[in-house]
Order: sequence, then structure tokens, then C-alpha cells
Amino acid sequence: MISTALDLVLVALLVAAALAAVGARGLFAGVVFFVAYGVFVAIAWLRLDAIDVALAEAAIGAGLTGVLLLGAVGHLTRAGAGAPPRRPAIPLALACAGISVMLGWAFLSLPDAPGLQVPVAAALPGSGSTNPVTSVLLNFRAFDTLLESIVLLAVLVGVWALAPDAAWGGRPGLVQRVRPDGVLAGFGRLLPPLGLLVGVYLVWAGTKQPGGAFQGGTVLAAVWLLAAMAGVTRAPRVTSLVLRIALVAGPVLFLAVGMAGALGGSFLGLRPDWAAALVLTIEVGLTLSIASALALLVLGPPERAA
Amino acid sequence: MVADILTGVLVLLGVAGFFAGSVGLLRFPDTHSRLHALTKADNLGLGLIALGLAFQAEGVADILKLALIWALAILAAGTAAQLVARSALEDGASGEEDAP
Amino acid sequence: MIPSATLFGLAGAALVGIGLYGFLAHAHLLRRLLSFNVLGSGVFLMFGAAAWRSPILGADAVPHALIITGIVVKLAGSALAIALLVQLARATRRAALPEDEGRPP
Repeated sequence: MISTALDLVLVALLVAAALAAVGARGLFAGVVFFVAYGVFVAIAWLRLDAIDVALAEAAIGAGLTGVLLLGAVGHLTRAGAGAPPRRPAIPLALACAGISVMLGWAFLSLPDAPGLQVPVAAALPGSGSTNPVTSVLLNFRAFDTLLESIVLLAVLVGVWALAPDAAWGGRPGLVQRVRPDGVLAGFGRLLPPLGLLVGVYLVWAGTKQPGGAFQGGTVLAAVWLLAAMAGVTRAPRVTSLVLRIALVAGPVLFLAVGMAGALGGSFLGLRPDWAAALVLTIEVGLTLSIASALALLVLGPPERAA
Repeated sequence: MVADILTGVLVLLGVAGFFAGSVGLLRFPDTHSRLHALTKADNLGLGLIALGLAFQAEGVADILKLALIWALAILAAGTAAQLVARSALEDGASGEEDAP
Repeated sequence: MIPSATLFGLAGAALVGIGLYGFLAHAHLLRRLLSFNVLGSGVFLMFGAAAWRSPILGADAVPHALIITGIVVKLAGSALAIALLVQLARATRRAALPEDEGRPP
């Protein structure tokens, strides 16, 4: 009873925050509502017993996407770029409401079929991880995760391709003007040690409990972004060799493990007696790549040579 | 039993703190007084809720985690409030009466 | 007593509609992108709620893993869209496509 009431309040907050994010009068207000909306979505995932997803949603959906959107608002304001106002469109609103109703009806009429819980639980012992989500990501459906880590690289190449010729080789992101003894600089020095600890712990814990390369990598990316915004550190040059090694470490390690598996009979197949060590190896490589790729995606293309 | 009652009372007080902060955010006229309402009332509310939940903790580790969450949230809220206040001062968006 | 999965599945359906409306009604490209993100998390929420169709067995880990992959790809796509949008805004001083402003493309 109480839990249904909690769910209903959460659903109401979710829908209200989404309406406010989409319909807010100002762009900035819309982005702020979107961040709040992301936090509500993360809590909804907790209610659905998907703690791994909740961690990813809170860190990426609300956190990094929020930073990305706020940065874009700043860029557009400085460029003086506007757009015509929203068209009042009642037929469109009715059509979209109709689509929602149909989707909801389709959802309610789904058959009560069991999912893959039983096969996943049966295969878990030799998979190298006791967290089923990590086993699915890095073992049972490793193909998805490998391709995804390559997608991140491809997108980063796409973003960097938008850099002006003169700025190539420079540092991504804007120059931060921070007072060296100010509040932000102090915060930027205080939080990174704790954030590093949390990020590394999430990766380490990911093979046994909720957590893993995505969640830990995102926390590390956020720590890096905070340190860069607080002027504690500078973003590396896009031509930096160390940076490039970090970016490809995950896919390369993943592919190497996959090829080793191919020699043993199946591409990306992990031998059960080696699986735990291999899963952890892939996790560490992926964490490096995900953390650096996500931070660089949020910083955007380099803007000036320097 | 006593712990449950304490938790209930403290969490309700905390919610009242958040409510006051939200009313202040909506009703106060300018950025700086809104920030004042938010940071004071919400940090008090969060502290009370964390204290209330500490009575439900299974061990010392859980209490320490709650304390850490509380401390980090206070730290982040304080930093954000400083930054918002300064940028409001620079934009002159703080309202007529307390503009420098 | 309504199961959480049913409620959040229906909420996901509502979010898809809200996001779709924003995506179609706004001409401002950043607001379109924001709306598209709302639409995306609605789809994820429906998918994740469907992982609960057999309540006795608990949540299915396979959709969860796919959703985590999806969240990361969604951020990557948004980052590329924003980089393109900022270039468009710098080149044209507008944040909308010409055809949405009644100009010839």
C-alpha cells in the first residue's frame, strides 16, 4: 500500500518534471528541469530493482547530460543564436497523447512470459562475475559492449572533426577563469580524492555487486571534469599520446581477449577458469576508455591552438 | 519501537525543513534571499532526515555512510550557492534593493 | 496494490508521448535534443519495466545490461548533436533549421 503510494508520487513527479523540461518557457529552465527529471528516473530504476541502471542513469542521464546541455546553452547564448518560438499545436499534442495511450495499452497486454533469468542464473558460476548485469555486459553479450566501446571512439572522432583547422592540437573545452583561492577551486581540490576512491571502488565492486566499468568510468570522468572546471588541472591536448592510449585501451584489451577466445574455439568466449581475471582486465581497460571518452565528449572539440 | 518513533519525528521535521525551503524559493523576491532560504532550510532538512535514518541503521558503517552523504551534500550545496550568488551579483540579476 | 513495474511501464509510455511532442513542436534544436532525451528514457523505462513481466523470478538482467549500454550511447549521440548544433549556431547565428523558420533550406 505504502509502496504503491510512493510509486504513484514518483510517477507524478516524473511526468511533471518531463512536462516542465519540455515545455519550460526558457531554455535554461528546461535544462534545469531535465536534470531534476534525470534524478527521478534514477529513483524509478531503484524501485525496479535495477541498481546498476540507476547508478548509470544518475551519473550519465542526469549528471553528464546536464553538464553537456548547460554547456550548450552557454555556447548558444554567446553565439547569440535564437529560434522561433514553439508552435502551439493542439492536434499534435492529441496525437502524441494517443501514441502514449496506445503504448501503455500495448505494455499492459504483454504476455506474462519469463525472461532470461533462468539461463542467466544457470550460466553465472563460470562467467567470471557474480553480478548478473556485469556477466551479461562482459561475457554473455560481450559483442554489444565491445561495439559500444568502439561507438564511443567513433563519436569522439566525429566531435573532434568539428574543430577548426587552426585549433587542431589544442586543448578541448573553454579556458576556465577561476580564482585560485576561491570556493570552486577549493571544492575542486577537496572532491577528486573522494571521487577517485568512489570511481575505482565501483569498478572493483562491479563483479560482485552493482557497479562496473560504465558507472565507475562515469564517476571518474565527472571527477576529471570538475578538476578541469575548477582550474586544478588542464584538459590534455587532443594529440597527446597518453590520452590516445587511454582512449583505445578498452576496445584493444577487449579485442585481444576476444581473439584469444577465438584461438580457444569461440570469439569473445571466456574460459570459465580464467573468466574472473579476464572480466576484471576488460573492466579496467574499459574504465580508462569510458572515463576519458565521456569527459572529452562533454568538453567538446578543441577551440584554440595552445 | 523508540527508534522508529524517533525516525518518524526527525524525518517529518526534515520534510518540514525542505517544505520551508521550497516555499522560500518560490516566494522570495530575489536570487540572494532565495539562496538563503534554500541552503539554510534544505541543509537543516537533510541533516534531520539523515539523523532520523541513522536510527534505522544496521551498524556503524551505515551510520558513517549517512554522515558522508550528508557532508558531501552540504559541501556541494554550499559551493553551488556561492557560485550562483556570485554569478547573480555579476549579472546584476539580484534585484534592485541589494544590487551593489 | 499495483506492481511497481506496471506503474513505471505506463509512466514510460507517457514520457514517450511528452518527449515526442517536444521533439515535433519545438523549432529550437537544443530543445528538440532535450525532448528526444526524454523520449529515450521513456523507452528505456518501458523496456526495464518489461524485465519484470515474471514477478516470481525477479528482474531480468539482460534488459538492464542493454539499457546501460543504451544510456551511454544516448550520451554519445547527444554530445555529437550538440557539437554540430554549436557549429550551426556559430555559422548562422540561429539555433533552428532554415525550413523550420520558413526560409528555404
